[in-house]
Amino acid sequence: MTAEAIDKLIQELNKLPGVGPKSAQRLAYYLLRTPEEQTRPLAEAILSVKKAIKLCSLCFNVTDADHCPICRSDQRDQSQICIVEQPQDILALEHTGIYRGRYHVLHGAISPTEGVGANDIRIKELIARLKDSPVNEVILATNPNLEGEQTAMYLSKLISPLGIKVTRLARGLPFGTELEYADDVTLSRAIEGRQEF
Amino acid sequence: MAKPRNYQTEAIIIKKTKLGEADRILTLYTPHLGKIQGFAKGVRRPRSKLAGHLELLTHSLVSLARGRNLDTITGSQTINSFLPLKSDLDLASYALYLTELVNKFTPDEEENQPLFQLLLETMQQLCQANNKELVLRYFELQLLDKVGYRPQLQQCITCQTPLEPVTNYFCPDAGGMLCPNCRPGQPLGYPLSPETLKVLRFLQASDYPTAQRLKLTPDLSHQLEILMRYYQRFLLEREIKSTAWLNNLAQLKSSQSTPA
Repeated sequence: MTAEAIDKLIQELNKLPGVGPKSAQRLAYYLLRTPEEQTRPLAEAILSVKKAIKLCSLCFNVTDADHCPICRSDQRDQSQICIVEQPQDILALEHTGIYRGRYHVLHGAISPTEGVGANDIRIKELIARLKDSPVNEVILATNPNLEGEQTAMYLSKLISPLGIKVTRLARGLPFGTELEYADDVTLSRAIEGRQEF
Repeated sequence: MAKPRNYQTEAIIIKKTKLGEADRILTLYTPHLGKIQGFAKGVRRPRSKLAGHLELLTHSLVSLARGRNLDTITGSQTINSFLPLKSDLDLASYALYLTELVNKFTPDEEENQPLFQLLLETMQQLCQANNKELVLRYFELQLLDKVGYRPQLQQCITCQTPLEPVTNYFCPDAGGMLCPNCRPGQPLGYPLSPETLKVLRFLQASDYPTAQRLKLTPDLSHQLEILMRYYQRFLLEREIKSTAWLNNLAQLKSSQSTPA
C-alpha cells in the first residue's frame, strides 16, 4: 500500500502516450525524490501550455497569439497554402527551409471506419479561407497512407471547382532505403512520377 | 488450434490502430485463421520496409511470430496492392465499408474461408466492374450468407407457404419474409415489392459473373441499400460508421452534378 497522492500521480502519468504502469511508477518516484524547485517548473509548464496555447484563427496551427508567426509574417508567400494533418507536420516541413508559403492544419484525416468524416476536421474553414483569397495553389501534404490519400482526393474534388491549382506532394521512394523492399504502390507511383535527370 | 511459433498466412488488412511512437496493431482477415491481430513494429516510420505491404486494403503474404498476447509481424510481401482502390475516392470508400462489415460481423480467430474468398473477389470486382453499386449489394447479401444470417426469401417464415407476387414483408427478427396474412403483430416488418424480392432472390442464388448480368437501376439499388442497412443494424445493434461517409460522398456527387 502506498500513499494516495503518489497513486494518483502514477495513474495520471500512466495515461500519457507510451508510458506504461512500470514507467509511470518510476517517473512518479523520481519526481518524489527531486527537490521542489525542479518539479515546480514542470507543473507550471503543464498548466500554462493549456492556458496560453490556442489555435491560429487562420491556419489552426498552435500559437500563443491570435495569428501564428507564419500567418503574421509578411515574408511568406500568400499565394500558396500547404495542407497538413497535424501541427507537427509543419515543424517537419519548416525544417527543410524550402517552402515559403503558408499552411492549413486539418487536425486529422478522413477515416470512414473510425467515424471521422469531412465535418470532423477543419475542411469547412479551409474552403471559407480559400474563397476571396489571393491563393492560386493548394499543396496537399496529407500523409501518404490510405486516410491521407482519401482526404487529399476529397479536398481536390472540393477545391478544383474554385479554379485553384491543386498539387500533391510527390509520392515515391524515401531517401536512404533499398529498392528491393519497396511496395507496389510506392514503386508504381515512383515510376509514373519519374523526372528527367 | 495451437499456432506454431512462426507461421505464414495470406491476409487482407482490414483495420489498423496506432500504438506508441511508431507502431501499429493491424487486424488481418485470413483464409484459415479467420480474423487475427498482429503487432507491426515501426511501420509508421518512413523507412519501414513493411509499411507499404501492410497498408489497409492490401492482400499480402504475412509472416508472424507468436507472442505472449499479441503476435508480431516479422515480414510481409504484397500479393495484390489493389492500386485502383487506392487511387479513387469512391472506390476506396466502398472498399473500407466492406472491411468494416467483415470486421464487425466476424468473431476473432474463427476460420471462414468462403468469407475470405468473397471479400477478395469483391475487392477485385470493385476494380473492374461497371456497376459498383451492384457489387456492393451483392456483397451485403452474400456476407449474411457466409456469417450465418442468410435471409429466407422463398417462403413465409411463419406459415411456410410460398410467397405470392404481392407486397410481402421483410422481418429482421425472424430473419426472412412474412406474407401479408402473417404480418399483423410483427411491428418490424418492412414492405418489399415483388420486384425487389425478385432481385434479392437472384443475387442470393448467383455467383459474380451471373450477378453482373443484372440491370440494377439506381432506384432499385437504393431500395436494397435501405433494406440491407436496416437488417445489418438490427443484427449488429450498432452503427456501421463508414455509411455516414458514403452518404456524404453521395450528397457531394449530386450537388456537383446539378450546377447551382
